[in-house]
Amino acid sequence: MNETFDFTVVDSIINELGCKPSAIIAILQDIQEHYRYLPREVFPYLSGRIGISEARIYSTATFYENFSLEPKGKYVIKVCDGTACHVRKSVPILERLRKDLGLSEKKATTDDLCFTVETVSCLGACGLAPVITVNDKVHPAMTPDKASELLKELKEEI
Amino acid sequence: MLKTRDDLINIRSRYAKSLTAETKKILVCAGTGCVSSGSLEIFDRLTKLLKEQNISCTVELADEPHGDSVGIKKSGCHGFCEMGPLVRIEPQGWLYTKVKLTDCEEIIEKTIISGNHIERLAYQKDNAIYQKQEDIPFYKKQTRLVLDHCGQIDATSIKEYFSIGGYAAFEKALFEMTADDIINEISEASLRGRGGGGFPAGRKWSQVKRQKEAQKYVVCNGDEGDPGAFMDRSIMEGDPHRMLEGMMIAGLACGASEGYIYVRAEYPMAVSRLKMAIEQATEYGLLGENILGTGFHFRIHINRGAGAFVCGEGSALTASIEGKRGMPRVKPPRTVEQGLFDKPTVLNNVETYANVPLIIINGAQWYKNIGPENSPGTKAFALTGNIENTGLIEVPMGTTLREVIFDIGGGMRDGKEFKAVQIGGPSGGCLTKEDLDLPLDFDSLKKAGAMIGSGGLVVMDENTCMVEVARFFMNFTQNESCGKCVPCREGTKRMLAILERIVEGKGEDGDIELLLELADTISSTALCGLGKSAPFPIVSTIKHFREEYEAHIYGKYCPTGNCQKLKQITIDPTLCKGCSKCSKSCPVNAISGKVKEPFVIDGVKCIKCGACISTCPFHAIS
Repeated sequence: MNETFDFTVVDSIINELGCKPSAIIAILQDIQEHYRYLPREVFPYLSGRIGISEARIYSTATFYENFSLEPKGKYVIKVCDGTACHVRKSVPILERLRKDLGLSEKKATTDDLCFTVETVSCLGACGLAPVITVNDKVHPAMTPDKASELLKELKEEI
Repeated sequence: MLKTRDDLINIRSRYAKSLTAETKKILVCAGTGCVSSGSLEIFDRLTKLLKEQNISCTVELADEPHGDSVGIKKSGCHGFCEMGPLVRIEPQGWLYTKVKLTDCEEIIEKTIISGNHIERLAYQKDNAIYQKQEDIPFYKKQTRLVLDHCGQIDATSIKEYFSIGGYAAFEKALFEMTADDIINEISEASLRGRGGGGFPAGRKWSQVKRQKEAQKYVVCNGDEGDPGAFMDRSIMEGDPHRMLEGMMIAGLACGASEGYIYVRAEYPMAVSRLKMAIEQATEYGLLGENILGTGFHFRIHINRGAGAFVCGEGSALTASIEGKRGMPRVKPPRTVEQGLFDKPTVLNNVETYANVPLIIINGAQWYKNIGPENSPGTKAFALTGNIENTGLIEVPMGTTLREVIFDIGGGMRDGKEFKAVQIGGPSGGCLTKEDLDLPLDFDSLKKAGAMIGSGGLVVMDENTCMVEVARFFMNFTQNESCGKCVPCREGTKRMLAILERIVEGKGEDGDIELLLELADTISSTALCGLGKSAPFPIVSTIKHFREEYEAHIYGKYCPTGNCQKLKQITIDPTLCKGCSKCSKSCPVNAISGKVKEPFVIDGVKCIKCGACISTCPFHAIS
């Protein structure tokens, strides 16, 4: 645990959203948006500020798919595995991305913290299936080869 | 800031004048689909070109009408996502499809300045060229009421919403109707919830109104989690004010002063458009305290989901708004009695609220003339899968599946044969060729063992393996099971394990019966709708495609050749030169033969690793 964690960001998020138990999900979302994950340090701090138990915050954070307790990569690539993308072959795209980056189902983030590859449930862009998103930007009508191309471009940007 | 009823009437007529002053209009689709194909860049380029050419253009509706200006707008989703980016030209009503950045100059010069149609950009099918959007077969058979504004107005502007009669329904409800009048009108119209269950909205509202608690809530379910469904997303993005208006009318009817919208985190654009719409409505005094001087207070908040499918279930959704784990609870008490923060709560989905202003303005009788008597109105469907025209459509309830798939959807892709359609997502069932003439409404579908669900239609062709589809859906629900009740947590896991075994070729005699037995137990004992309906796709695929299951289990083959592990690898004897490379690469010694003669693979020993396929220099193995 980092003793010198700076809580100014967390404080400003709490001030904006309200210091009340019902705001906890929104607070966690904004914290995650800032740090790209939920640092361990925030749990005891939030518990103290909002007045609900650390266990309850932890249980909420682990219930929802979108929260991550592990740091994520600079580029978060999400492969849609909704029905429409699935029937238009999204799995080979996921496999290619994982292969190119040396990742697997268990290891979602590269060691240099540049890329995270995960699946996401339907993004609602079914007309353009299969789709992937890179930091929320949607890339339509993907193929494994186009995915490899995209990775190359992203690697150059780093 | 609007302070009185007259203010609202005046502002509407003012912007209606501004709207008619825009004689020419370019509407660039800014739905998620078209944006990802680059429509925003096209919008910027068109705006820049107009300015360079010194053509007076209005991006935002002008406060005072001035003549001869070209309006350029970001509209909501047109629904024809397949052909995006889409650009609509008015007043002609032309639709340009698959527009590229390089087409922009031609659009300005030929179409806007000279008024000529660009044939190259029009939708073409079977040698016919369709200039007007309305003539395109995809649109021709649709009845767009709820989606009427999507694609026609600027989705980000309350002024445009005013200009086409926005908030007139709210005004009518606020000044001319009592709470009971509103509820009677909605009940009389037989509006049924569009989220899946089809519960009469009027009954729900009157139950909430009857509660004695002072604090009540109006909640909108925008957690459209069914894979393959995006109707609500398009409404939230394309016509957010109509949905807010519906919620405000619900607030009036039930005596609530707070509204919450719960939107999936996967829909960032819907969240930002709704936020913008709420800010605009608050700024004009349509939300807040003492609205239009009537003493009615109403505020709307937005909550973003955090990626849990189960939060589409009522009690899980309210728990999530309260900042808790989104897990359903035992009912009763029902949401109308003790919902959000344990207060009486009206909970409807996006499409249901979007229907409300239409009913208030046009009356229940008008509404009842659309569609069949017990499920009137229209329904939006998301057409996806192996179909020619994917996209968002709206048809009257009771339209047949054949009309939707073949007339609007344009039939199957690449001339393949229609096999089945999955309706209602992971909680629904599949319909086959025999059901093509089935009218799509709540009751007919229920009888056929499916459900309308939220309205996702995933069309599958002859090459789709139904067992694999069933496994896919079970995998989805298993993943999304919240884990609170045993039947769902453990039962779906067991069902998934059996299905996985079957698609891997390890199915056993009795698996089908076991699946059906588990399905029956889960459906009758699970705590919430997600669990109860989780086995439906399996039961319905077994009912219609039992022979496919049997082929996997007993024949150890997949009739469509989709299941990787059941693929048979064979050597083409006419191509094989007998080099023996394959037999050396085989890790289980399944390949044998004499050098310079064709080799053969022992199907029983083969583990389908594919090593031989990649080593064969003559491409003889497949």
